[in-house]
Amino acid sequence: MAADALSATRPPASRPASPLRRLRRALDRHWYGWAMVLPVVIVMAVLVLYPLGKGIYYSLTDANESNVARHIGMNHIPATYHMVWFKNYADILSDGYFWGRLVWTVVWTVCCVTLQVSLGMALAVMLNRRVRGRAVYRALLIVPWAVPAFVSVFAWRLMLNSQYGVFNSVLTHLGLPAQDWLGSPTAMKVAVVIVNVWIGIPFNMVAMLGGLQAIPRELYEAAEMDGASPWQRFTGVTLPGLRPVTATVVMLGTIWTFNQFPVIWLMLGQTTDDSADILVTAAYRLIGSGVSDYAGAAAYGVLILAVLLAFSTYYRKQINRGEAVS
Amino acid sequence: MQRRIAASALAVAIALAASACGSSGGGHGQSASGDPSAIAGTITYWDTSDATAEAPAYQALIKQFEAKYPKIHVNYVNVPFANVEQKFKTAAQSGKGAPDVMRADVGLVDEYATLGYLAPLDGTRAVADTPADFLKGPEQTAKVNGKTYGVPSVTDTLGLLYNKALFKKAGIAAPPKTWQELISDSAVIKQKTGAYGTYLNPDSYFLLPFLYGEGADMVDPASKKITISRPQAVAALAEAKKVYDTSSMKVDFANAYDNMQTAFKTGKVAMLVQGPWSTADDFTGSAFADKSNLGIAPVPAGSTGHASAPTGGHDLVVYAGSGQLAASELFTEFMTSTAAEQQIALKNGTLPARSSAYTAKVLADPSIAGFRPVLDTARPRAQVAQVGSLFTPLATAYIKVLQGTETPQQGADDAAKGFKSLLPGYSVG
Repeated sequence: MAADALSATRPPASRPASPLRRLRRALDRHWYGWAMVLPVVIVMAVLVLYPLGKGIYYSLTDANESNVARHIGMNHIPATYHMVWFKNYADILSDGYFWGRLVWTVVWTVCCVTLQVSLGMALAVMLNRRVRGRAVYRALLIVPWAVPAFVSVFAWRLMLNSQYGVFNSVLTHLGLPAQDWLGSPTAMKVAVVIVNVWIGIPFNMVAMLGGLQAIPRELYEAAEMDGASPWQRFTGVTLPGLRPVTATVVMLGTIWTFNQFPVIWLMLGQTTDDSADILVTAAYRLIGSGVSDYAGAAAYGVLILAVLLAFSTYYRKQINRGEAVS
Repeated sequence: MQRRIAASALAVAIALAASACGSSGGGHGQSASGDPSAIAGTITYWDTSDATAEAPAYQALIKQFEAKYPKIHVNYVNVPFANVEQKFKTAAQSGKGAPDVMRADVGLVDEYATLGYLAPLDGTRAVADTPADFLKGPEQTAKVNGKTYGVPSVTDTLGLLYNKALFKKAGIAAPPKTWQELISDSAVIKQKTGAYGTYLNPDSYFLLPFLYGEGADMVDPASKKITISRPQAVAALAEAKKVYDTSSMKVDFANAYDNMQTAFKTGKVAMLVQGPWSTADDFTGSAFADKSNLGIAPVPAGSTGHASAPTGGHDLVVYAGSGQLAASELFTEFMTSTAAEQQIALKNGTLPARSSAYTAKVLADPSIAGFRPVLDTARPRAQVAQVGSLFTPLATAYIKVLQGTETPQQGADDAAKGFKSLLPGYSVG
């Protein structure tokens, strides 16, 4: 019945257009749009698709620095690497080392993003009210973000130095025992999380401040009229109002933190063990020294990309579902 | 037929032109003859010496070179030692931004040469000047598969540096000759002076004296064996752990090198296994305001009774892709001449790689005089292209052993596993 009604509204039957003709018609009608998009498509292809494809290809070979082709002055060396298909992936995935690092990478990302977002939100809420010296606070709170990451990391490392650092000299002056801040695997993990949270708060704060200012004041006034407590106003008005911003910030934060190389590498450098290494620093330690293992590095890169793609797909779905409900 | 002759004639002409280009652009193979003052061009030199303590001596030398050969301009770049390996390889591989001449750690020459990044220097001006004059150890490090790829500039090894005043206060007459003696001396020093015996450097390069002292090594290239998990090597790791537990100040692993230097310079630590490059820094500290307070001895011996440390140092190497080979070779010759090495030794206290540079004046330097005899017991590292990469898995394993999260046997097995993935064709055993 319904099907009949539908077919009745359809225009008189026409032959289905062949794909070629449809393409030509689309080009005739939309050539201008295609021409406008073309530069972006080319740039994307050169900057993103080509390297990505090449990386995936290398991850299926045994390419390294000694067997790829090079022409250096008088030395012409031909390529001698071969396809090994999924051997690199099998090697990495069958090694317990990868899984141990993946677990810590996930723990590290969850800890950092949770703390960055919640502390950033708390500071934003505080600074969104009229407080004296608000501009000064805002400027000061931006500092960790404005300073280059390597400078902050080295400063933290100096402060945490167990023999000549400022924290321990304060402690010993107060008669308390000195601490080995970077001594054990747990201490190292706590230290890198603290530093990364410290670096990441300003971005979250600024983003949240923007989000807060977009929430209409009338909503708060209405809530107050209805006798909502400050906490109820926060959970009932602020949190839902911030959702678009938090969704984006959590997504970005997760991707950045998952691949946060400098904080961990510069903080713990080369004379600590690998217990605080996340996937990217572990990969660098394994394949970044000596004769570079391009294939292994590419396989690691593809695996990291796969994890992040799976996460962002899942996360987007969750967000969309949440929006559809609310 | 006619056409084929023309084609082959053209090919010959192209080949001739190409070879002519080769010799005029590079001057390779013939550059040892001819008038050096006719050579002109701009070359880039990457120096990896310490930017504040050592670099001025090299810059002064470069000024002299430019004064002698006014047609050549040298573009001096100081690259931190820790970053140079990757930086050079990235530039060399892509062919963009690589220097013409570089100061390379002797441990890296093998790798660079095997990868095709270095120009062979046999028969060129760079080594024209009395090659027999070079000390045997450094000379060996510059050769790969029988060809010369570097010219030794400075050499070094590890020795035992000690604070004479602390030893006197503790009533100890001579530096320890074995690790066992180092442990017992440390106990006396701690008791009598309050200073720690040592500050163990947790970097894997500094594990080598322990390994050599037990008759062990990382790998055996001759039989293609990974030897780091043999009983002797495990014993070396256990010995290092024992020294750490009994005699060392607690190591801050994230800041190990700097803290070690500060502790030694300020008299908080009595002995260090260190190289001659560190003495210039030591002399800036309160404990060595009087330079004669610094004692230098060979590294302690292991249970075999044999004491040995690796041959270190730096060679000058020429990039194979350099467009200025003739000028680069001339520059390399100048910077490694007897006069130049003498001048560097006097200013920096590092050890020359030429025997003729050890003049009475050079040997009067306390650091050089102390290290010169130690040099005779030094031995080269295993000659494999990947030797630089092997130190990474070894360092991680060594640190875990020192921290006590792994036993010496577990650490050795971990290192062997790491080596295996870096050395195709090698077997563990």
